[in-house]
Amino acid sequence: MGEFKVHRVRFFGYMPSGIRCMSFNERAERLALGRLDGTLEIFNFKDSFYQEKVIPGNDSRSVEAVCWVAERLFTAGLNGEITEYDLENLCPKYSLDAFGGPIWTVACNAQGTHLAVGCEDGSIKLFEILPEKIRFERNLDRQKGRVLSLSWHESGTRIAAGMLDMIRIFDVQSGHATHRMLVDRGVSGMRNHECVVWCVAFLSDLTVISTDSSGKVQVWNAAMGILSSTHLVSKSDVLSLAVSKDESSFVVGTSEGTVVQFQFLANILGGDEKAWVRTKTFKPHTHDVRALAEIGTAVVSGGLDTQLVVRPLLDKVDIMSYDNVLHKIHFPHRSLVSCAQKAGMLLFQFPAQLEVWRLGESEGRGKPGDTLFVKKNPEKLLQLKRKGEDHISCSAISPCGGWLAYSTVSSLRVYRLQCDEHVSISKVPKLPKVLRSAHQLSFSDDSSKLFAASTHSMVHVISLSQSECKHLHTFKPKSGSTEPVHLLAASKDGKWLAAANRGCEIHIYNLHKLKVPHCTVPIYGSCPTAMGIHPTSNNLLMVHADRQIFEYSIVEKQYTDWSRRVQREGLHKLWLERDTPVTHVTFNPRNAAQFMLHDTYMFCIIDQSLPLPDNKCQFYNQITLKSLSEQERLSHAHAFKMCTKYQHLLFLGLLDDESLVVVQRPLTDIASQLPAPVRLKKFAT
Amino acid sequence: MVASAEVRVARCGGSRINFIEPIITLDSRFLLCASGDAVHVYSTSTEERVHVLQGHVDLVTGLRLNSSNHLQVYSCSLDGTVKLWDFTDGILIKTYIVGHKIFSLYVSKFHEGTVFIILPMESSANTEAFQLVALHLPKTTGPEVEARDILSVLRDVSPIPKATSFGRGGEFVASASGLQLSVYFFRKQKTYRFSLKANDKKGARNRFTCVASHPNDDCIATGHEDGKIRLWRNFSQKKEYTYSTEHWHHSAVNALHFTPEGTELLSGGVESVLVLWRYGAGSKKDFVPRLGSAIEHISVSPDGSLYCTSHKDNKIVVMKSSRDISAIIQGLVKGETIRTDLLIDPRTKALVCNGKPGHLQFFSLRHDKQLYNLDIVQQEYIHEAGLHQCEVTKAAIDAQGSWLATVEERQENPEELDIILKLWAYDESTQSFHLNTSISMAHEGQISAMCFSGDAEATMLVTTGRDGHFKAWLLADHPDGASWSCDYVGSYHRREPTRCCFSADGSLLAVGFGEVVTVWSPSTWELLVTFSQPPGDIRDLCFGRLSCSKYLLGTTTKNLLCCWNLLTCSLEWSSTVDVILLQPDPLSENMAAFSRASGSTDLFVFKPSEPRPLFSQKAVCSGTVRRAVFAPREEVLEGCDESTQWLSCSRLYFLTEHMELMTFSTKSEEDQIIASSKQLVIDDSVAVTPFYLLLGKHRKSQRETQDSLIVKHFVLQLLHTPAHVLPSASFLCNMFVNSLLISNLFVFREDGRCREEEMGSEEEEEAEEQESEGEMEASVSAQGPAVQGFQTEPTPQLSKAQERELRKLQKADFSWLSSLLDS
Repeated sequence: MGEFKVHRVRFFGYMPSGIRCMSFNERAERLALGRLDGTLEIFNFKDSFYQEKVIPGNDSRSVEAVCWVAERLFTAGLNGEITEYDLENLCPKYSLDAFGGPIWTVACNAQGTHLAVGCEDGSIKLFEILPEKIRFERNLDRQKGRVLSLSWHESGTRIAAGMLDMIRIFDVQSGHATHRMLVDRGVSGMRNHECVVWCVAFLSDLTVISTDSSGKVQVWNAAMGILSSTHLVSKSDVLSLAVSKDESSFVVGTSEGTVVQFQFLANILGGDEKAWVRTKTFKPHTHDVRALAEIGTAVVSGGLDTQLVVRPLLDKVDIMSYDNVLHKIHFPHRSLVSCAQKAGMLLFQFPAQLEVWRLGESEGRGKPGDTLFVKKNPEKLLQLKRKGEDHISCSAISPCGGWLAYSTVSSLRVYRLQCDEHVSISKVPKLPKVLRSAHQLSFSDDSSKLFAASTHSMVHVISLSQSECKHLHTFKPKSGSTEPVHLLAASKDGKWLAAANRGCEIHIYNLHKLKVPHCTVPIYGSCPTAMGIHPTSNNLLMVHADRQIFEYSIVEKQYTDWSRRVQREGLHKLWLERDTPVTHVTFNPRNAAQFMLHDTYMFCIIDQSLPLPDNKCQFYNQITLKSLSEQERLSHAHAFKMCTKYQHLLFLGLLDDESLVVVQRPLTDIASQLPAPVRLKKFAT
Repeated sequence: MVASAEVRVARCGGSRINFIEPIITLDSRFLLCASGDAVHVYSTSTEERVHVLQGHVDLVTGLRLNSSNHLQVYSCSLDGTVKLWDFTDGILIKTYIVGHKIFSLYVSKFHEGTVFIILPMESSANTEAFQLVALHLPKTTGPEVEARDILSVLRDVSPIPKATSFGRGGEFVASASGLQLSVYFFRKQKTYRFSLKANDKKGARNRFTCVASHPNDDCIATGHEDGKIRLWRNFSQKKEYTYSTEHWHHSAVNALHFTPEGTELLSGGVESVLVLWRYGAGSKKDFVPRLGSAIEHISVSPDGSLYCTSHKDNKIVVMKSSRDISAIIQGLVKGETIRTDLLIDPRTKALVCNGKPGHLQFFSLRHDKQLYNLDIVQQEYIHEAGLHQCEVTKAAIDAQGSWLATVEERQENPEELDIILKLWAYDESTQSFHLNTSISMAHEGQISAMCFSGDAEATMLVTTGRDGHFKAWLLADHPDGASWSCDYVGSYHRREPTRCCFSADGSLLAVGFGEVVTVWSPSTWELLVTFSQPPGDIRDLCFGRLSCSKYLLGTTTKNLLCCWNLLTCSLEWSSTVDVILLQPDPLSENMAAFSRASGSTDLFVFKPSEPRPLFSQKAVCSGTVRRAVFAPREEVLEGCDESTQWLSCSRLYFLTEHMELMTFSTKSEEDQIIASSKQLVIDDSVAVTPFYLLLGKHRKSQRETQDSLIVKHFVLQLLHTPAHVLPSASFLCNMFVNSLLISNLFVFREDGRCREEEMGSEEEEEAEEQESEGEMEASVSAQGPAVQGFQTEPTPQLSKAQERELRKLQKADFSWLSSLLDS
């Protein structure tokens, strides 16, 4: 294991946006998540909760509600539009104005034929879902007061609508309201405030569950239009509701950050008479729980404190495994930082801007563990605001620090950056026509080429020079996959380029022989989360979402011996149980057998020359090794050297002067920038 | 050395009535609670004790109503028996001998002829393991039955009664022990066990403290150490069981109980607040605050009209379901420690000692009930762990009972000591003590001893302090009322005084300074003589009484009991006994000395003048004796032989290490009690209390005088008899007129008492008044003669007037009957 000078970077002011809504697609086991800034994220729950796709937001678009219809994703927002998304190109497919003012909610019937949206003006509009688009069908009877929540009965003949101070049941056929159920305004001090019915759920036995702004969860009999029970859950709003598939339980989320479970239990064991009983209370959040989903074995919750929490329901779990433990997802599973190794510069990507920083310099050398004196402070060279309303989807800085590129859904821009005494930036004019937008951008090691991953898994190769940018070639995968590319890796010698797409395919192209794709790595069932090409041996190293590590020899077009050994002996249990995916791979130039991986909570140096740890041996053995003598140390050492000193890592990379750059974003810093939570009386304060 | 079997150590009242959950009878009129070896039956409306069910010979540990006969109650005890009682008449019906210590008892309505008891596990070597067993009660007749038909239900249960509960319809039993809840289903014969983690990151302490089951739903409520209440449901599932959590209590939940309809869950803990949780309505709750002391048990009457809470200060509060408190039954308040001596109030003959924090309690030993509480500190008591409270550390009453001296102390840290000496005068008009003088910092250090002189004219108080002085306080006249002031400050070679004692006539004061005893004359404050018996400091000092008043007795820390002759100023005798407590009997020459001997305490009773002890008993109790006192008897005990002679005019009470009040009782005394309790026959449906006897009779007699008793009876008889069996009207007419004359006839027959009989109501009322003065002493034993008075020799407690009235009634009845027969 080597010793490194570490640049500990804590000036990346990354601030995730609060979670607004979510919808779980049971068939595909994917969760669609809408954030307050309009970003949509899709998590694959089959594949270790990996953040598979990110659709960047747009300033003019807000996401109030999200809804899956089979494999199609619809959102509606306060701009009054319903939007369908193209999940392959990660952009909106079309938007349709509902002409009812801001839309608060959208719901699809169980048959998947109609969408109902609830509008500010009190109308409920039905849209027919056609194969390629949706078409307005009709309005249900218009009422006074906005419609905040909607739920279809599974038969598709009735809709429950949560409004201000009341819930209405509509007959879809006639469009008339059949019942009007008034919701109590709650405690005396709140009498003047309207009671907002934030969520309704229509169960198959004609029970309607509602949650409202006075902290109540109410169970109604929709057949009779009467209230059957009331549970006071919170002093403030109850904002979200999710019903389990078998309708035996539901969860509600409050603005105090708690999630309360209710279960439909028999009063007498084995009896028929059942009642909704409040059972468990969790407190996964510090702020409003705005979105909830029940996925059978777990409750997924998200809120204004920006984290996504997957809490398992232990009574539904048979075997404890990775999927059945508590997960908290704080950071995106992609890199928002790119590093110009040669120039010692960092590029930080925000939704609305880019920042370029030059790293500081320190004095001399010190003992391991010392904090070196900073001779020159890090310096913010540049803040580049994006053009247009679309958020930045990806960005890259060239290793020499001379080029900068970013892309939104609609446009791609490349800049020439000069920073000697004065920082100057100039947009590269006349980009080739093919470069309309990109899912991923990368520069070659000598900064002469830009690789841009585009639609249909295509990778454009652009040659960059002072005078012009020229489109050299477009690589197309042999498989004809249309999934977006999310990882690009170029070899140091400039010969090879590897591109991984969301369909788990990894294609390797030869940049010297442009005509034919070199080869395709055998497809592994889990999505790759990080990859890199070894600078000397040109082996491709891949880490997948299930934390498996593969090494593939590009030249020999087969897995290397080390990779086969890893698969044969298996990785350590503790490694496989790590919570967050590995997001970056770096190679140690001083030792060809060593490479570095990092996830949110650690980085690790893997030495291919040492034996792999088996499940019996101690995995985190650094402290033990320190206490041993030289000879014993050799016998105890294994390939994984873990370092957990740096937490909440966003990026870890090596500069050319062999110093490490560690970009951290402590969660406390994020929490301090959140709005104040609902004040709760704490006992003994 | 007489080791007499005649005398035994007995619990005498003042025992814990909060030891187990009290029960309320089906008609909500009686409350039954265990108190030491006995079961007490109280009236829920008048707080009066109606019966004492005596028969167990060890602590009663369980009490349940018989589900098939609601006028009967089962009780179990550590003596290994289950007894069935008729509590309305106070009769023992049956005794089932189990033969093991029984720790708890449960009755389920759906298990006829079976009770459930908790026994120690026999087989295991671990004595801390207990099991819940079903005990089949054999149907054989006879007062004592061996019950050996035992079936184990649950193993490893907690012996605490409130940790086990029977569920809806007796279908299951839930029992919590440590961190585990076990539920046994009788129908399926299957046990489910649910465990909790000991604690979590948020500092929860999940140990179970109590369990209650919902009467109609399958829901179990459990209380936990950190104040959480969990409601368990779906517990017939190994994994899909579920619970909801409520949290209001900040410390452990001590008691949980569902109301009979299951609409409310009651919980209580150290906060002294009864919390009423609305069942099924989440965290909606009501409170009954300020109950005075930590709640230990909660019970609800079967009709749900009365709630009943047992408190840590030995109190039972009965409240209506409207949350109005209807009765408070207060036992002897016993804290963890007792700082004051046990005193006897000369007026009420009540025991005076520390009660509630900052209070003195006056407890009538004879009636086993608290007379009143005197607030000494007069500050609000704030319950908080680690808070230094103002405590009453010393108390003394003068011989006439007209002055009470108290010392209260509060010490935040060693430097800051706060001492207040208070003197209280007895006020005849309000019948209680009133603060007369309050002296703060009477001494610079702690006050180590305090006593009043026995002199009737000039009452003097002497206090000794750790500051090396003893001070004499006298009542001095002031223009605005008499108050106490310091008269003399004495010291002896800068030694620290530890004990002080006045002679019976108040002419001598002995003060112990370390190992030296100094004798002073209080009139001149002249040091008369010093005694010293080194090594060893003086522990106790007292003067002999009556014929032995020339002796001064002292005990030292170096195991020496010395007796000095004050006339010769020399040591009369000494013996090496480790006396921890020396207590003189104020009515005789006797002295009681408790000495320590290997884990137990021995008692010697001796006269200072005689070398041989009057009485001695080894191992009167385990551990040390904390305090002891001689209490005078109401009447001299008859028929005492030589060995029990010392008990004839006063009783010796002592407090054991575990704060149990014990006494010595003789066999003849016990026989009397048993004899009197057997006479009890109660034919009235109303709770027969002395008050009722008084008032009920009174009303009746008034009616009688208004419309002649006999006429009334006769007319009633006429009207109630069927017409076809009545004699002819002419015959009846004669009788009817005759009957009208009878009362007058009586007057003549009664020799020497005719005047009173004629007088009617006024006279009788007067008689009632006479009674009421010496009243309230008419306890259970007085009721027997009240009914059958003319047959047995009435006991002296029954006043003459009452007796007379009874006799009149009896004769009147009899004569009417005879007149009918004669004709």
